[in-house]
Amino acid sequence: MSIVGAVTEPHAYLRSQTRWRPVELAFWLATLLPYVLFPDYLVLASAIAITALFALSLDLILGYAGIVSLGHAAFFGLGAYTAGLAAKHGWGEPISGLALGGLVAGIVGYGASLIVARFRHLALIMITLGMGLLLEQAANSASWLTGGADGLQGVKMWPIFDVFRFDLYGKTAYGYSLGVLFIVFLVARRLINSPFGLSLRGIRENALRMPALGAPSRAHIRKIYTIAAVIAGFAGALLAQTTETVSLEAFGFQRSADVLVILILGGTGRLYGGLVGAIIFMVARDQFSGNTPQFWYFWIGILLVAVVMFLPNGVLGGLARLGALLRGRAP
Amino acid sequence: MRWRLIRACARSISGRVMAEPLLALRDVRAGYGDSVVLEGISLDLAEHGSLAVLGRNGVGKSTLLLTIMGYTRLARGAIAWRGEDISRLAPHRRARRGLGWVAQEREIFPSLTVEENLTVAARRGRWSLRAVYDLFPRLAERRRNRGNQLSGGEQQMLATARALMTNPALLLLDEPLEGLAPIIVEELTAAIGRMIADEGTAVILIEQHAELALSLTQDAVVMERGAIVHRAPSRELLEDTATLDRLIGLRIEGENVTPPA
Repeated sequence: MSIVGAVTEPHAYLRSQTRWRPVELAFWLATLLPYVLFPDYLVLASAIAITALFALSLDLILGYAGIVSLGHAAFFGLGAYTAGLAAKHGWGEPISGLALGGLVAGIVGYGASLIVARFRHLALIMITLGMGLLLEQAANSASWLTGGADGLQGVKMWPIFDVFRFDLYGKTAYGYSLGVLFIVFLVARRLINSPFGLSLRGIRENALRMPALGAPSRAHIRKIYTIAAVIAGFAGALLAQTTETVSLEAFGFQRSADVLVILILGGTGRLYGGLVGAIIFMVARDQFSGNTPQFWYFWIGILLVAVVMFLPNGVLGGLARLGALLRGRAP
Repeated sequence: MRWRLIRACARSISGRVMAEPLLALRDVRAGYGDSVVLEGISLDLAEHGSLAVLGRNGVGKSTLLLTIMGYTRLARGAIAWRGEDISRLAPHRRARRGLGWVAQEREIFPSLTVEENLTVAARRGRWSLRAVYDLFPRLAERRRNRGNQLSGGEQQMLATARALMTNPALLLLDEPLEGLAPIIVEELTAAIGRMIADEGTAVILIEQHAELALSLTQDAVVMERGAIVHRAPSRELLEDTATLDRLIGLRIEGENVTPPA
């Protein structure tokens, strides 16, 4: 009966999952290293943090709720243009601009979720792809507002908290992006370790079955899709604010595809997958594309095939398996 | 509207409010899309009651459970839960009112651990993790294993335990013993028996092993081509070999020989 003696009640079980592991603390401390080790690469580091935030948003719907999306850049672009336009038209305060970007993306995300929640699999891929293309074209044709193919120029940001100016070296940009990433990560972590988060995983495994256990699948999908849209909007807003420009590429299919690659590379459904994937992808692109830019996607293609073949749960999944193996051998 | 009428009639006949049945189906016609599977089904189940649903393959037994859960198209009739019309209620709302369902396909979550499979369904009530582990000690031993690492019998236990975690007042069991090894059948039968007898959970049980199903339950119905063709107390039907043989075509003597599903 010793086994039964160790039984925890559901909420205690969920809480036990939220304990911070040492490796997590190490990871977050390491995110501060660029300030010391690579002060010349803070602009890249900021871009990585933003991409990681975007991938985290996709992980919430793909990794936890099983919603495949090939048009997630739609919400990234909405956040970027919203924050960019606000700053261009005289409101350069970063935090409220960020919130506004998330809000607009969230509203559109909620509207889209009404459709998304009704479909699965291939239909879902087509719908999300369509929505992404739709918004990209809308932004392209509304060139009076967005600057069209030339991009949005004249974005001027005010200092954060009236103190930290955005500088050319990305010192402020990286701190800002990293701070937002960390805060959103904390919220996401809390969310997926809640009963709601566990229901999402049930929906991912069997959306038809969950209602019989009392969880309304579609309502849950609408909620998480909206939340993910807000986070993608934050990521877009961050990019607009830290680079002080927005191009149509923010909405682009390439961005949707890249973030999917990043997440699969790092590992879906583990929160850190998108973060690790973003680091690998962005650093590799920075290194490879310096020498042979035209071959960049050649390498990514090979990497993607190899990861899916040999590490079906991504880099993190492979590391977890390795860790389990080592522990299994240890006495 | 019709439902209210029926209740009003029932009241005036009895002269006072009768004990409300836990679940009542009135003249239910249901099916999938345009095709009708169930026709004119009426049945009552009392609080803490237990009902065996017998019949050959393909007569609509599973569809009956799916209809009670709200997964089919109800073309006519009404379903009432403790006197409330739930005919148009979404499945998750029925689950929250106290209906639990264990599908024939089990449908556990393969990549969630046993404990997560159970936690996902947890609602406040008598059935906690501890209680279901007491009922199925085997699951306690395997609580850290993932759903797809379990044997068929363990998956069935998990599916049943998961339904219990929603703390249902009524549990719908769809062939819980199908395809299981004899020793597991014994274990599960004992658990179901305990659920009915000790815990007072109402049960509707679909089972090919007629003798087993009848020995576990108080009442029984036999279905044929989407309709109920025979009703009797389980004990009585168990003795009535002729009727069983005629309606189900299974010789009770040759028990444990289930025709292929």
